[in-house]
Amino acid sequence: MARRGGAPEVNAGSMADIAFLLLIFFLVTTTIETDAGLDRMLPPIEPPENDVVIKQKNIFQVNISKTGQLLADGNLTQLTNLREKAMEFLENNGDGSCNYCSKGKKDPTSSDNPTKAIISLKNDRETKYGTYITVQNELVGAYNDLRNREAERLFKRSFTDMEAEYIKQETAPSVKEELKEKITRIQEMFPQKLSEAETASSSSN
Amino acid sequence: MSKFSKKKSGDLPAVNTASLPDIVFMLLFFFMTVTVMKDNTLKVKNELPQASEIKKLEKKDRVITIYVGAPDDQYSGTYGTEPKIQLNDKFSSASDVGDFILMERAKKHQDLQNVLTTSLKVDRNANMGLISDIKQQLREVNALKVNYTTYEGDAFNNIKN
Repeated sequence: MARRGGAPEVNAGSMADIAFLLLIFFLVTTTIETDAGLDRMLPPIEPPENDVVIKQKNIFQVNISKTGQLLADGNLTQLTNLREKAMEFLENNGDGSCNYCSKGKKDPTSSDNPTKAIISLKNDRETKYGTYITVQNELVGAYNDLRNREAERLFKRSFTDMEAEYIKQETAPSVKEELKEKITRIQEMFPQKLSEAETASSSSN
Repeated sequence: MSKFSKKKSGDLPAVNTASLPDIVFMLLFFFMTVTVMKDNTLKVKNELPQASEIKKLEKKDRVITIYVGAPDDQYSGTYGTEPKIQLNDKFSSASDVGDFILMERAKKHQDLQNVLTTSLKVDRNANMGLISDIKQQLREVNALKVNYTTYEGDAFNNIKN
């Protein structure tokens, strides 16, 4: 065959086939993973030495029944009110020692200081996981709302924003150092003392 | 006249297919970047609940995943309809969780062994009894960092039905 002026054209039809094959391979072997959720710490197995007496008013008891009914600090509450009640409990400032709890009601039957306030979550074995997550979400949300408020006031940035940036791979170490300081300060203002008690048996009271 | 050849009427030019692979490659690159290789096939129904206060999980190598849910339709014949635990492609019981975590932990690099997170991917209709057993096992092997994996959304959607 007589040689043309330029090189003969490559038939591009089979490129598409190669591309489709690779595409089908990836479609079949990969998933779009959900990779976010509620981060929690479980309590360690040996109970820490209870030499510190915890006053009853510093504990906010949340119980979820097997039908999904909610008991917050002994009162039947709706899920929608839980976040507000938890926030009220945390920033109550019963003994006046907290100087950033401007909205605290100083109720003597509620917590003394956010650093001493403990929220204890108990659920029945038959409780639905969805309800449990909603309750956890609201409690973590109460902590986050208070922390965000303080972070806005002190650093003009929300706490969750700072945390997200701190976790990201791409942030520079110097930025991370600075963020870590700020984050630790806010965390000490409202420590997340959220404990999950052992569950009741299915023959609930 | 010799420069312009007469076109026969009704003769459509052929569609140039040179750009077809480009379109397909674009789709391919999308999938390559957005997805992760599947480690294990899900044998349980896994409709995760929604939550708004979520944090992103760290890199895949620091995460151990436990799936909980009712078995898929093809398995419900043999395994029933009660929620079950799936560890790495196998159905297991709550007592196997401790050993599983220790095994997975041993497979990881030395430096990572203390910062592992356990990701609990639980179907929204599972009941808490099984979860409490898992949590107890996790506490016994000192795997205290736990992440309840969810989709992002309004948490109140979990109780609507």
